[in-house]
Amino acid sequence: MNNATKDLLFKMADDALIIGHRNSEWTGIGPMLEEDLAFSSMAQDKIGHAQALYKILHEQFGEAEPDALGFKRSEKDFKSCQLVELPIGEYDFSLVRHFLFDHAELLRYEMLATSSFQPLALLAKKVKGEIKYHTMHADTFLIQLGTGNEEANARLQSSLNYAWHFALGIFEESEFENELISNGVFAGEKVLRKKWLEKITPIIEAANLKVPATDESKIALGGRKGFHTEHLQPLLEEMTEVTASDIEAEW
Amino acid sequence: MNTTTSLDPRIKRLNLDSENELSPTNSHLVTWEVFHQEKKGKQPIHAGIVHASSPELALVYAKEQYARRGKTTNLWVVKSSDVYSFSPEDEDVFATTPEKTFRDPASYKVRDKIEAYQKRKTA
Repeated sequence: MNNATKDLLFKMADDALIIGHRNSEWTGIGPMLEEDLAFSSMAQDKIGHAQALYKILHEQFGEAEPDALGFKRSEKDFKSCQLVELPIGEYDFSLVRHFLFDHAELLRYEMLATSSFQPLALLAKKVKGEIKYHTMHADTFLIQLGTGNEEANARLQSSLNYAWHFALGIFEESEFENELISNGVFAGEKVLRKKWLEKITPIIEAANLKVPATDESKIALGGRKGFHTEHLQPLLEEMTEVTASDIEAEW
Repeated sequence: MNTTTSLDPRIKRLNLDSENELSPTNSHLVTWEVFHQEKKGKQPIHAGIVHASSPELALVYAKEQYARRGKTTNLWVVKSSDVYSFSPEDEDVFATTPEKTFRDPASYKVRDKIEAYQKRKTA
């Protein structure tokens, strides 16, 4: 059972850490001051979530300290989905990714609020409002831009089409699905994916966009098992550039 | 009466007569006054401004700009152009108010009565 829960914690923590770092790349160069500030704060929240999850791994399962888990593991140990490691691209892509990812994250935490694994249930209750704000931001801006001019709509649609099969990779199942479900830890990726699609479809439509068609064979799988795109390794190097310069330094 | 196009000096410097004359690249942005309410029942206090293209987005931005630390119960946003104010040359209507100390509760002579009451109580 421990391995199943640890796997769940690692993928959630790694997702949060990587998307937090990616989104923080917009700090200082966001499309406008207000958006820059909001997006940066949300990126910071994500890193906070990663820290809280790594802390559970450390305290409940004897894994290394949160900093070591975040910054001292190799690429193949990362269980994050491939969606989060993609470069930030243009703002339309970052916004669409933020929308697709955060809805999945919000629903996942909602499901975990009743988890039999107490530390996760407590964390889920704690971060509920924070992630609700993230989706509120994503929905409001997506609808605003999607119903704006033709260029904005077209850019969002093409980013949505590009991100779609990566986003479905969020729900890549692990070998532990049945164990997590039967022990009441987590109701599973299949249920989450269904809830997610039901939740985002009306919002995508309200933004005058089309829900891309799903081709099961195109879903970006592998991330949950440590297989990543060429974009993760350089990101990990950048994240650890300073610590790597003096590995023994105290911070 | 004047309507305030914007309280933001960056916008004011552009010397625009109304929002409609903002440059085309900025025409989707409106200035919103943000009011911050700390506790339920307390009055919302003016906190500053945000730029946003809709009231919904203004609230979303206001949250990160003015409610990022400390306690918050709610936020209000009001379009800056919906805020009416006196003309600066009419400031003289307020000129003598500071002299009207009889309107100031501090000027009432109640200290004696309070002291007499406290004396009676402790006696």
